[in-house]
Amino acid sequence: MQSLTNRNQQVERKPMTFAERLYLPSIFKGMAITFSHLFKKTPTIRYPEQKRSFSAVFRGLHILNRDEEGRERCTACGLCAVACPAEAITMEAAERQPGEEHLYREEKYAAKYEVNMLRCIFCGLCEEACPKDAVYLSQTFAPSNYARQGFIYGKEELLIPNPVTQPEEYAKAKGAVGKDIK
Amino acid sequence: MYLLLADWLLTLIEKFVLIAVIVTTALIVAMYSTYAERKIAAFLQDRVGPNRAGPFGLLQPLADGVKLFMKEEIIPLTSSRFLFILGPMLAMITATMTSAVIPWGSTIDIAGRVVPLQIADINIGVLYIFGVVSLGVYGIMIGGWASNNKFSLLAAVRGASQMISYELAMGLSLLAVLLIVGDLRMSVIVNHQMAHGWNVFYQPLGFLIFFVCALAECNRTPFDLPEAENELNFGYHQEYSSMKLGFYLFAEYINMFISGVVMATLFFGGYDIPFFNEAAHAGTWWVGLLGFLCLMTKAALSIFLFMWIRWTIPRFRFDQLMNLGWRGLLPLALINMLITAAVVLWLNTK
Repeated sequence: MQSLTNRNQQVERKPMTFAERLYLPSIFKGMAITFSHLFKKTPTIRYPEQKRSFSAVFRGLHILNRDEEGRERCTACGLCAVACPAEAITMEAAERQPGEEHLYREEKYAAKYEVNMLRCIFCGLCEEACPKDAVYLSQTFAPSNYARQGFIYGKEELLIPNPVTQPEEYAKAKGAVGKDIK
Repeated sequence: MYLLLADWLLTLIEKFVLIAVIVTTALIVAMYSTYAERKIAAFLQDRVGPNRAGPFGLLQPLADGVKLFMKEEIIPLTSSRFLFILGPMLAMITATMTSAVIPWGSTIDIAGRVVPLQIADINIGVLYIFGVVSLGVYGIMIGGWASNNKFSLLAAVRGASQMISYELAMGLSLLAVLLIVGDLRMSVIVNHQMAHGWNVFYQPLGFLIFFVCALAECNRTPFDLPEAENELNFGYHQEYSSMKLGFYLFAEYINMFISGVVMATLFFGGYDIPFFNEAAHAGTWWVGLLGFLCLMTKAALSIFLFMWIRWTIPRFRFDQLMNLGWRGLLPLALINMLITAAVVLWLNTK
């Protein structure tokens, strides 16, 4: 019969030799192999203490960005919510009142900004859609939670710390994003 | 009269202390065998193993024990209740009973009193071990049968047939050792090895047969057919939960430890310290202790060997198991015994 590929091999069916029938040589060989593994380095990453580094383009949890003066960049235009294929983003807009200029960069801001992390597929389309560089996907991923409610992230979870009042936390959070943000 | 009574009482106390110490040691060793098993399995598979409970995960056995105790106790309605409870008890009792005749060290001098580190130096020591080990199959049989579950029953039948088949070859390989030593007493066997060299050098084939049979008797891979996680759903202890399951698992590790000790005693000189003349320092406490540590090291090495084999070799098929037992090991053991007998006879008549 013509073979379909050139890789096929005839199966050998000759009777085992005495050494093969003894089994012991092959058992010792196998044990030598497993013994050599005793001295091999483990590839284990001890998770809570050690963390795997992700690539620069890794898309994890969202952050809401601030500008260098600590003002929220988001203007609640809704482009991210429109772009979102999983419909995970909900927001409510509000008008900036006089005296709130140090809080919000433009006249309109998001009073409520929620991302449902169970719906989110981490595609990053919101990041691409945002005209104000307000939303980015960071290098952290969703931690476990006991209730569904805990996976709906509001502004307090999403907002990056204020670079003016909390510079250390800001630097840390910015490091966690892992890519150049404005 | 009073002196005799006092002596008798002292002996009683001494034996009770010895029993308590040895059983506790066996339990602790079994506990940490579970830890060692997981660690060795991990290292052989390039993993880390348990490392969360305590430094290096050393408290893991305690956590496991607490977990087993806290689990809900389930006795199936269709099981026969009495036998269901008797099963793990028997497994545990027979596992610990073997330790009685093993000489754990030479003698220790405590305030002028010579205390032998052996619970009972009975003149049928080896036979006693064999008797108790064969009783061990009842734990599996009764547990598997009382569970009223076809997997458990199948496992019990497998376990019984395996134990019976391998006991024969084991006994025959041991007979060769007894021919050389000429006594069933465990202490005499050890003393003979101290004087004439370890039995393993006279009986390499006998040791190999004994070792393979010991693997089978302990239901260790590649002979773990009664358990066979992936074909019999854990076999005879499938219906067991909580500490009854714990007893079965624990009994297996105690058996492993005891069989390691028995092998060390029969083939590797027991508490004999290699390259060291104990007779010159006989009776001092540190020689007794050192001898005990030596025996434990030998046992630990054989436990390591058991685990190493477990994480290397896959399980036998049942027909292969029977083939090896009846057509491989039994004739080999017979030939080994015949040759030994002939040589011993020739040496004695010369």
